[in-house]
Amino acid sequence: MVCTLLLVAGCSSGTSDPKNSTSPLRMRLMSAQQYSTTLAFVFGTDVSDSVPSALPPLTRTDGMLELGAASIGVTSDQLQQLSQSAAAVAAKVVDEKHRDYLIPCKPAAKDAADPACARRFVQSTGRLLYRRRLRPDEITRWVNEAGAAATRLKDFYAGLAGVIEGMLVSPEVIFIVEHSEADPRRPGHQRLDAYSLASRLSFFLWNAAPDDELLQSAENGEIQTAQGRARVVDRMLASSRLENGVRAFFDDLLEFDKFNSLAKDSVAYPTITGATLADAREQTLRTVVDHLLTRNLDYRDLFTTHATFISMNLAAIYGIPAVPGWTPYEFPAETHRGGMLTQVSFLAAHAHPARSSATLRGKALRELLLCQKVPAPPPNVDFSLLEDPDSSLHTARERLQVHAKNPSCAGCHLIMDPMGLALEKFDGAGQFRETEKGAAIDTGGNLDGAPFSDVDGLNRALHDHPMLPTCLVKRVYSYGTGGPVSMGADRNVLAYLMQRFAQAGYKYPDLLRDIALSSAFSQIREPRAVAPDGTSPSPPPQVTALNLP
Amino acid sequence: MNKLSRRRVLRGMLNGSAIAIALPLLDCFLDDNGTALASGAPMPLRFGTWSWGLGMSEALFVPKKTGANYDLPPEIAPLQPIQRHINLFTNYRVFKDAAPNLCHHTGWVILRTGIAPLTAINRPGETLDVTVARKIGNATRFRNLSATATGDVRDSFSYENGNTLNTPEFSPIRFYHRLFGEDFQNPNAPEFKPDPHVMVRKSVLSGVLEESKSLNKALGSDDRARMDQYFTGLRDLERRMDLQLVKPAPIESCRAPPSPEDLPAGLDADLVSKRHRILTDLMLMAVACDQTRVFNMYYAGAFSATTQPGYDKPHHTATHEEAVVVEEKCQPHVSWYTRRAMEEWAYYVQALGRIKEGAGTMLDNVLIYAMTDQSFAKVHAIEGIPMFTAGTAGGRIKTGLHVDGGGSQGTRLGLTALRLMGVDLTSWGTQSNTTSREISDILV
Repeated sequence: MVCTLLLVAGCSSGTSDPKNSTSPLRMRLMSAQQYSTTLAFVFGTDVSDSVPSALPPLTRTDGMLELGAASIGVTSDQLQQLSQSAAAVAAKVVDEKHRDYLIPCKPAAKDAADPACARRFVQSTGRLLYRRRLRPDEITRWVNEAGAAATRLKDFYAGLAGVIEGMLVSPEVIFIVEHSEADPRRPGHQRLDAYSLASRLSFFLWNAAPDDELLQSAENGEIQTAQGRARVVDRMLASSRLENGVRAFFDDLLEFDKFNSLAKDSVAYPTITGATLADAREQTLRTVVDHLLTRNLDYRDLFTTHATFISMNLAAIYGIPAVPGWTPYEFPAETHRGGMLTQVSFLAAHAHPARSSATLRGKALRELLLCQKVPAPPPNVDFSLLEDPDSSLHTARERLQVHAKNPSCAGCHLIMDPMGLALEKFDGAGQFRETEKGAAIDTGGNLDGAPFSDVDGLNRALHDHPMLPTCLVKRVYSYGTGGPVSMGADRNVLAYLMQRFAQAGYKYPDLLRDIALSSAFSQIREPRAVAPDGTSPSPPPQVTALNLP
Repeated sequence: MNKLSRRRVLRGMLNGSAIAIALPLLDCFLDDNGTALASGAPMPLRFGTWSWGLGMSEALFVPKKTGANYDLPPEIAPLQPIQRHINLFTNYRVFKDAAPNLCHHTGWVILRTGIAPLTAINRPGETLDVTVARKIGNATRFRNLSATATGDVRDSFSYENGNTLNTPEFSPIRFYHRLFGEDFQNPNAPEFKPDPHVMVRKSVLSGVLEESKSLNKALGSDDRARMDQYFTGLRDLERRMDLQLVKPAPIESCRAPPSPEDLPAGLDADLVSKRHRILTDLMLMAVACDQTRVFNMYYAGAFSATTQPGYDKPHHTATHEEAVVVEEKCQPHVSWYTRRAMEEWAYYVQALGRIKEGAGTMLDNVLIYAMTDQSFAKVHAIEGIPMFTAGTAGGRIKTGLHVDGGGSQGTRLGLTALRLMGVDLTSWGTQSNTTSREISDILV
């Protein structure tokens, strides 16, 4: 752990942006959420919510689903579903309820082609969906498609629906294909072109495609100047859309996709319903947004704060009075409900359907929050000591002692179980308990040298753990640049970002801003292909130990 | 037809030409056998897969007798009603060679691809259903359908390549709408009128295809491969839209089902069973209606987390933490989970048998390949992973047999299935899993 920390934090003593740092050009598939949010921004939520997104689920890569977007492919059957979904969206957009405000003009006749009106629609909507201004030949092609279809179907709006459907399955829409250009500030090197930079910023901060103003910043070149980019990023950070981005990131980081299929044993936990679990996910996301954005507090305090939000469904689980809707709530200190680890979302997602799991919780803490990898168990492990627990063993701690005695288990379980055992006063559904099978629960332990006697102590130890903010920096940076980090090529920028994060008091919006404005965010490593002028790609910039001014 | 591209033909259709114009020869008509569904024509051959999780208790699963009329030990006792329609394969091996034994991964990947994976996230090659779909899946609305009874969209034993899982449907309602919703063309409808909207959609797709060819030039090799896959998919989708413009031949057994109830998330064995049966009925009716000829059902699989109400260990946890009761020759709860899986396998095969086709049933016209991920899951054993087939593949194979593989490659069954589906292979698998030997015991 110490060496990893040094690797990230100890190799740069300055706080200047390492000017030669770079990130790879990537081609990412939009996530289902990004697709849906983009549709919501372009056409409204009543359109986007009416159609389930048909994009395939991403594969978790280096801790994040979003990082899998840079390698996933699409099958023909998935495209077929996407096409069906696009047709449904298109029908909604042009129906009588929506056409008057989603289409910027009225046709001369509803039952015939109207190239002028179609052109206006194609130009404006196409720009938002393609995340760039369409070329004249593209506009002409779409207008012709709309015209041919309108003539065939004797319906101007049906013609436009065909165009919308086509755009929504276009590879340039569903894939975020980044392009580079020569970087005038670094002769011989590449940077993201303006539209690609706008998209990278937008999916990073808003989890959706750029809006009109951001595209304008790309079109007028503002985004490629230092001052202009800072203004653009500050506007994005001040936008209400930022909440989408924060929610998406933490939903991914915390593996909340588990909730899509999570359920608890109805005999063991009869009061835990699907609605309860959905609210548990929402509770944590509300807590995160309130803590990090609304109140702009220290990220580490998320693991100790007693401030949260409660719904009717959750009140019963937490044993507090129920109030309709979502309301702010402050847990009393003595309830041991401080921080995200003690919320139902973490406790229930990392447990079995009918019982808690100290091992799963400890593993999640290590892997999700500290970026540490717990090795998979050996295939031929001898489980005989775990079998048929002696009825005198009441608690998880007693049962898990077996792992400590077994050399093939001990190595990994000793880094997971002690943390998870500190959470054993919460059952598999996250409900508080003082005892297990009548026996007192010992929640003491040690997190990488920091001893604790109960879950409050674990929370403090986690709060003070040097890997907690380091891990977040790594995850946010990789999420923003769209793929796994390279500890060789990215060490300088990660060190810089980590120092800035610490100096700013671990404020999340500041971290987002530093990443968005970093040189590495826009400067490109290993150009993908020959430049449009046919010249050979520039050699990748040399990453040196320190590139400080 | 000089310079008469398919796109130009369609444009002509859009502009009012007769719908009866012959389309240029399409790939989808080139590679299938017996595709005509008109009255009296042979029924098409179909291929399905089915999976369950975490193997078996050998002493309670493997019959003592081989060949026909084998005994049914307790774990496979639920198969009695379907015994004559299936074959059971035991004592076959998969070989990891120099790769590690990756828990709950190595076994199924080898049986589905013939290749040993190198890491727990490595998915080498393509699964055999994908290979078969390329051969026989081109003349239907769907190339390859997948569904899972687990409710988790990531649960699939079908993939095109390491980056592309065939994502399964898990919601009965969504599956219903996908199969029998607005785009479903009932082959028995008294009238057929090509939907002009389909022509529009197809024309638009053709345009997207042409527009985006320039994209590839800017991509690196890995991304270019992903984009090629996209374009292949788009061309495939375009071809399938052609099918919607042609009147389908009537199919006696095709009956669009009513919309099913939707189900909550959860892995309670009763709930999984209910989900499995609804999805099975929908999927097999889609097969009967010739919407697809390749289909995968995932009852459960690697790391199966099915639960037993009131018992605190899900299936996978139980395999490791429950003691073997010597007198019972098994881990009782684990065995309970296996028996539930076999009850669902029996349901699935009976569902095939309930669909009448010609003088027989759908079982006469399918080959179903069923397998699991381990043999004795407690120790992650991959020796002797049991497998099944169901159906006679158009009279090409015998059923009702228990075949002892004598320790030979499990990939032999995959090779047999691939060849039966018309895939021309001299051998299948890599390294020690390479085989050119079919399982001749079942061949007619």
